[in-house]
This record gives sequence, C-alpha cells and structure tokens, in this order.
Amino acid sequence: MTDGWVIKNLRAIKGRAYPRVIGAIREPSWVFFEVVLPLFTVAAFAYVYQFMDAREELIGYVVLGGAMTAFWLNVLWSMAAQFYWEKETGNLQLYMIAPTSRMSILAGMALGGMLSTTVNAASTLVIGAFIFNIAFDVVDPLMLIAIFLATMVALYGMGMMFASLYMLFGREAHHLSNLLTDPVYLASGFYFPVKFLGAAVAAGASVIPITLGLDALRQLFFTAGAEDAFLSLEAELALLVGLCALFMVLAHYSLRYMEYLGKATGRLTLRWQ
Amino acid sequence: MDQEPAVRTEALTRVFEPKKKKEGSTVRALESVDLRIEQGELFGILGPNGAGKTTLLKILSTLLLPTSGKAYVAGLDVETQFNAVRQRINMVSGGEISGYGLLTVKENLWMFSQFYGIKSKVALQRIDDMLGEFGLLDKKDAKVRTLSTGQRQKMNVIRGFVTDPDIIFLDEPTLGLDVNASRVIRTYILDWLKDHPKKTVVLTTHYMAEADELCDRIAIIDNGRILACDSPERLKKMVRMNTTLSMDVTRLKDTAVFKTFPGVESFTFTEDGEKGLTKLRFVMRDESGVSDIVSAVLGQGSRIESLQKTEPTLEDVFIKMVGKGLE
Ligand SMILES: Nc1ncnc2c1ncn2[C@@H]1O[C@H](COP(=O)(O)OP(=O)(O)OP(=O)(O)O)[C@@H](O)[C@H]1O
Ligand SMILES: [Mg+2]
Repeated sequence: MTDGWVIKNLRAIKGRAYPRVIGAIREPSWVFFEVVLPLFTVAAFAYVYQFMDAREELIGYVVLGGAMTAFWLNVLWSMAAQFYWEKETGNLQLYMIAPTSRMSILAGMALGGMLSTTVNAASTLVIGAFIFNIAFDVVDPLMLIAIFLATMVALYGMGMMFASLYMLFGREAHHLSNLLTDPVYLASGFYFPVKFLGAAVAAGASVIPITLGLDALRQLFFTAGAEDAFLSLEAELALLVGLCALFMVLAHYSLRYMEYLGKATGRLTLRWQ
Repeated sequence: MDQEPAVRTEALTRVFEPKKKKEGSTVRALESVDLRIEQGELFGILGPNGAGKTTLLKILSTLLLPTSGKAYVAGLDVETQFNAVRQRINMVSGGEISGYGLLTVKENLWMFSQFYGIKSKVALQRIDDMLGEFGLLDKKDAKVRTLSTGQRQKMNVIRGFVTDPDIIFLDEPTLGLDVNASRVIRTYILDWLKDHPKKTVVLTTHYMAEADELCDRIAIIDNGRILACDSPERLKKMVRMNTTLSMDVTRLKDTAVFKTFPGVESFTFTEDGEKGLTKLRFVMRDESGVSDIVSAVLGQGSRIESLQKTEPTLEDVFIKMVGKGLE
C-alpha cells in the first residue's frame, strides 16, 4: 500500500521545516540578530517616549513592535530571498525535480521559519517588557491566539508568494529585500499606532499582514489599545483570514508560472550546474 | 508499458537566446537529437565541454523545456507530464554542494527523502544501509560542511539512489574524485543495475575509461549533435579497421605537419617534459603511411624511442568523431 498524497506532502513539509528549526538551535548567533538587535531600536524609541512623558502604553507598543520585527526580517530574508541562496547551492533544482507539491516545500520553509522566529520574538518581548517595566493586560487569550495565527499564516503566505516571484532573480533579490525592510517599519506602524498615519495610508499598509496583526495585538495586550485601534478586532481577524487565502492562492499561481518561466528560459538552475 | 524505452527523444532541440542582444549570440545547445535508451541500460553520454550533455539531462529531468522536438522519460512527455516523470527519476551532479551544511549526513539524506514522501523509518534504514555500502557509516553524524569532496559526492550519490528511482541521471558523478572514491561510486552503479535489471542509468562523463568500463552504450555528442551511438566495443571496432600507432620520440620541433599527412585520420600528441619526449598517437587509414611518418620524424632530427601498433581506445573513437581529444 502506498501512502496518500496528503501524507506524502506532510512529510515534505516536515522535511523542509527541519533544517530551519535545527538551524536555529545549532546556530545561536542568529539569536543576536533576531533578539538583541531589535532591542536597540526598541530602546531608542522607548527613551524618546519616556523623555516626552508619553503615555505608558506607547512604550509597550514599541516593545511589541520590536518583537514582531523578527518575523518581518525572517519573511524578507529567509523566505523571499531564500530561493536565491538555494539556487546557488543547487538545492532549488532538487526541490524542483522532487515529486512533491512545491507549495509543500515553501510551506515547510515557512513553518520552520515561523517556529524558530516565534522563540526569538517571544524572547525580545519578555526581555523588553522586563527592561522597560511593561505590564501586559491580556483579556481575551483565545482571540490573541487566533489573531497571532492568522497574522502568521498571512504573513508567511506573503513570504511564499515573494519566494516564488523572487525565484528567477539573482542579486536583485537582495536589493529588493533591503529596499522593503525599513519603509514597512514605518508604514505598518511597528513603533506607533498605525491609525496615526491616517485611514488611507493604514488601509494601504494593511496589505502587509503584519499591519493589521500589530494593530490587533496592541488591542489585545493593552487596555488602552482600543482607543488607538485602526479597526475592530473582529474586522481585523476577518481581513487577516482573507489575506491568508489571498496570499496562498497568489503563491500557488506565481510558483507555477515562475517554474514554467524558469524552465523555458533556463534560469531555474545556474548554467554551470 | 513494459516495452517503453526509458528515454526517447525526437528531434530534440534546445536554443538559448542571450538575455540582451549585445551580450553574445544564440547558442544551439542541442540540435535535433534522436535517442532511444532502453530499460536496464547503463547509457553514457560523452562529449567535450559545452557539448550539450548537461542541457540534455536537464531536459530529461524536467528542469528545462525543449525549444522544439520531444522528449519522453518512461514513456511520459517531459513537457506536459512532468509530475509523473518526477515520480520515477532522480538526478545527481558532480561537484554538487546541495543540502545544508549544519545538518548531519544522515539528516540531509533524510530531508531529501522526505520530498519523495518516503516513510522516515524506511528512509533511515535505507540511508544506513547505503552509508555502509559507500564506506561512509562513520560520517553518519558528521556535519555536512565538514565532509571532504569525495565524501560529499558519495553522499550526493546516495541521495539520488535512496529514493529508489526507475531512471537516474548522473551528470559527471565522479568529477574531480580520486581513484578510490570513483571506484566506490562506479561499483555501486554496476551493482545497482545488476540487482535491478529494469532500472536505467544515464550518465555523462569526461572520463573515457569510465565510459568504457561502465556503459552498455555510449553516445558521443559535440556541438549539440549526436555523432555516434553504440556499444564501446562496436565504437572501437569502427576505428579498428584503421591502424593505431603510438610513438615516443625525442622532442619534436614541428608537430603540426602530421595533421595534414596523407592517410592520417587523427593525430594527437603530448609532451613529456621530464623525459624530453613527445608522445605521438596516430589513427591511420592503413599502414602504408607509417614509413612516411617515420621519415618525417627522423627528418626533424628526432630519435624514435619506441614505436607500437596499439588497440584503439575510446579516445581514438572520440578524436576521430569530434576532431579533438578531451583533455
Ligand atoms: N542557461 C543557459 N543560458 C545560456 N546558455 C546556456 C545555458 N545553459 C547552457 N548553455 C550553453 O549551452 C551549451 C551547452 O552547455 P552544457 O552545459 O549542456 O554543456 P556540457 O556538455 O554539459 O558541458 P560541460 O562538459 O562543460 O559540463 C554551452 O554553450 C552553454 O554555454
Ligand atoms: Mg555539464
């Protein structure tokens, strides 16, 4: 008896997630980039807010945003730009000839990245909260979990889409990821309520799932978050679920198209491989 | 579908257009290639750099589309039925640096097996067995980044065979390996086919001896065209009607003249600097030209240290077909 399609693809997902998780354990230097570096930015904003005698929650928002930057960086560098590295090592062509859904490979990458980054983000959150004496006030843990999961799936779904769109890029992949890093910190409101940018900008920035995710998390972690909210929690959850579906579908089609394009132009592999 | 050949191509052509017009010209990597590789064959593709060997394997392994013509693997169209093709194949290239350096050998092999949906227990058992056969069991838990070139390539070859493909494509699998590592890999390939008579190996190589020793049939390819395709014995017979002559002489001044000698089909030479000798090798239509060559050598003031009529090698066939040697 042979195993069914679902079982086989679950194995593929597990296979691809494995090196990510193991990598995070075996390469503790990554902790520095994902845990310690965000704390510097967090500190800078926190001191500005403290100096201005700003509301206490604002410092809490900064710590929360700082923790979430790990996910954004992970999606840009370890999802979007990933196939660029994988092409160099010849892994990409091995993924391509494997009799599994390419979406499973991407999903494995995403799952592994999500798991290892969650540990780092949680560390940033805890350390930040300790240093700046933040009090979290979680009233609806179920909603918190739902929002977090929806944000993750939508965000990494976007990463999967980027990964396939970037597939045929060379070093341009690098430049694009660099280019996307900082503007999103601003537009998505990593360090302040996104409502502050005005409804139009906030709505535009909501294409990036972390915008709505952060806005909802601010409401869920802090009582004052409701006043600073861009949309209601229910609306944000619904939109995030919509984004999940949207990015999965887009990832699927862009992957298919880019694979075809790569096979047609000969850019799926490097010439000397 | 038992009678389906493992590989069949019809007028298979692949053209690469330059990205920008001014950056070079169109490359015709494969030109109307017709091939038929039967199940159970160990088929070799021999050709100089840039001949189109890798391009052919990439098309057969569903990584590249033909520009025109058709290619079938296990009776399946590589262009439209690529998913079904992928169920039946695997591929290994020489000098591959695939996998993740921070994983162990076992973990890496396991990971790749998972993309083929193989049950972990089954995969790990196979990996263990194969590591043993390749003499790599002591490296099972070593990080991949600590492996030597030979160890790494053995691991790559295991990666290809561990998924139990019907047809495996090996692109210069022993590239740059020492005699021992190459031998282990070659022996494995031969044993594998002996144990699985319906399975097929298609390999490209630069090494004449490898092609001669391993392959049931060989296609000689140059400039995207198949120049000859037959068993090593029959290919050699094609030149056996000719006379093959090798000669060691003291340093020659002018080697170019021999190319144009009447009766000479092909001519190659190597300099042995240490002994101050030039080693000449001729394939000639018949023996009547030998005396002319001897007098030409003596006429340049060189001494003949040795002179032998030899059996043709695959290299002679190659030189005759392609017009130049490989190394
Ligand atoms: N992606 C590509 N884009 C443009 N040209 C290519 C591409 N891939 C291969 N070529 C060209 O096609 C020709 C055949 O290349 P191929 O790699 O198939 O040769 P090969 O026989 O494998 O050579 P080698 O022995 O060096 O590996 C070469 O001229 C090469 O430059
Ligand atoms: Mg090649």
